[in-house]
Amino acid sequence: MDETSENEKIEFDLLLQAIYQKYGYDFRNYSKASIRRRIRHRFSRSGLKTISEMQHKLLNDKQFFEVLLLDLTVNVTEMFRDPSFFKMIRKTVIPELKKQPFIRVWHAGCSSGEEVYSTAILLNEEGLYKNTLIYATDVNEAVLDKAKKGIFSIDRMKDYTRNYRNAGGIASFADYYTARYDHAIMDNSLKKNIVFSDHNLVTDDVFGEMNLIICRNVLIYFSCDLQERVFGLFWESLRSGGFLCLGSKETIRFSTYSDDFENVAEGEKIYRKNGKITLI
Amino acid sequence: MNVSKLKQKVSKHSKIQDRKYKAVVIGVSAGGQKALKTILLGLPSDLTFSIIIVIHRHSDSDDYLERSLNSECRIRVKQADEKENIKDGVVYLAPPNYHLLIEDDNTFSMSVEETVNYARPAIDVLFESAAYAYCPELIGIILTGANYDGSRGLKKIKEMGGLTIVQAPETAEVGDMPRAAIAAVEPDHILPLKEIGPFLMDMNLEEE
Repeated sequence: MDETSENEKIEFDLLLQAIYQKYGYDFRNYSKASIRRRIRHRFSRSGLKTISEMQHKLLNDKQFFEVLLLDLTVNVTEMFRDPSFFKMIRKTVIPELKKQPFIRVWHAGCSSGEEVYSTAILLNEEGLYKNTLIYATDVNEAVLDKAKKGIFSIDRMKDYTRNYRNAGGIASFADYYTARYDHAIMDNSLKKNIVFSDHNLVTDDVFGEMNLIICRNVLIYFSCDLQERVFGLFWESLRSGGFLCLGSKETIRFSTYSDDFENVAEGEKIYRKNGKITLI
Repeated sequence: MNVSKLKQKVSKHSKIQDRKYKAVVIGVSAGGQKALKTILLGLPSDLTFSIIIVIHRHSDSDDYLERSLNSECRIRVKQADEKENIKDGVVYLAPPNYHLLIEDDNTFSMSVEETVNYARPAIDVLFESAAYAYCPELIGIILTGANYDGSRGLKKIKEMGGLTIVQAPETAEVGDMPRAAIAAVEPDHILPLKEIGPFLMDMNLEEE
């Protein structure tokens, strides 16, 4: 490795350290290639000369930090993303949830909320939503605000309608939102059992006992050590027999928690926590 | 002629062969399945570097391409897994709908961030991360395709001292992507499709 790129790597590490100490957001154990790519992206638009200069600006300019924060937390999502996953939820998870008197769901890293509303719709159609509380959490408060509002671009609704149908949707998707100008406003009845809150998977702790945890395409950005921490957090937060859902490229197989979970769905990353299962 | 001059001459002649490459990254789009097959079919199972490929395909694709290439080629072909250790003598394909990146510790990572050049996986994302992880011990290759993805990444590989190759556009099913790369980079080699596989075999050196 030549000296310039070695120095640059040191500068990246120092920048992440500075962000952590100043603002409390801990990206130090994120996968480096992707986080560096996003920092470089902002850097190339900043007119700054070195990453160290960027660090100085980040420490002294909160607004500049807020912009970078949006870059660093990937917020690409959609409703009923991977329809086959939601179809499998209906098949394997819903019958078990129906045995529970009350259901707690945690959407960890919910971003702007598209998947949260998808889950609310699904539970509603299965007659379970009225007995459900969904905790929707993210590290980024700006996207949480968007999630809370439940207002999405009307342009996406055509794709979402197709996803919804492929996911086994049984009603008319248009009944779940009101179109206004360029926006689709999600129905208020879907919001009433959702609690939106900021929660940082890297630094925050367990806050409740869940029947279902959905955390998809979040762990791909974390190092192995950080993934291990989060699996521990999920294990503690789940009831015995509770479900953990990951993104299609994420796996618990290489973690020490591997034996504590069983994959219950062929082709999808839906795991069930082992242990004594109490059926009511 | 004195000995040192003679040595210089010899080393100049065998300049390319002296280098040991850690990896080859390939970017390919329209017409890619055929082109990949042409290159990979001739490769032995004991290459001394890995081959990592981004092919643009539909986000709902399954792993049919990996399975069919793996059954037809001597070299092992598989879809890249998240956090997987990258091994010599294996061909990895980026999964559909995820950007594929290479970490400093020789593992894969993935991302679902925005499409780049309308593509996810994007060739630029793989090539740029590979350049930071491997250059100068990296070969970048752009093959057939109908857009301009990969030009930026190939340029990065060149800037950081890696070896750059572009498929000769007239041998490509769609020549746009090779032409864009040639315009952006001035590649080290422009090769007809049939010569790319043999070229890679020449790079397959026993470690000293």
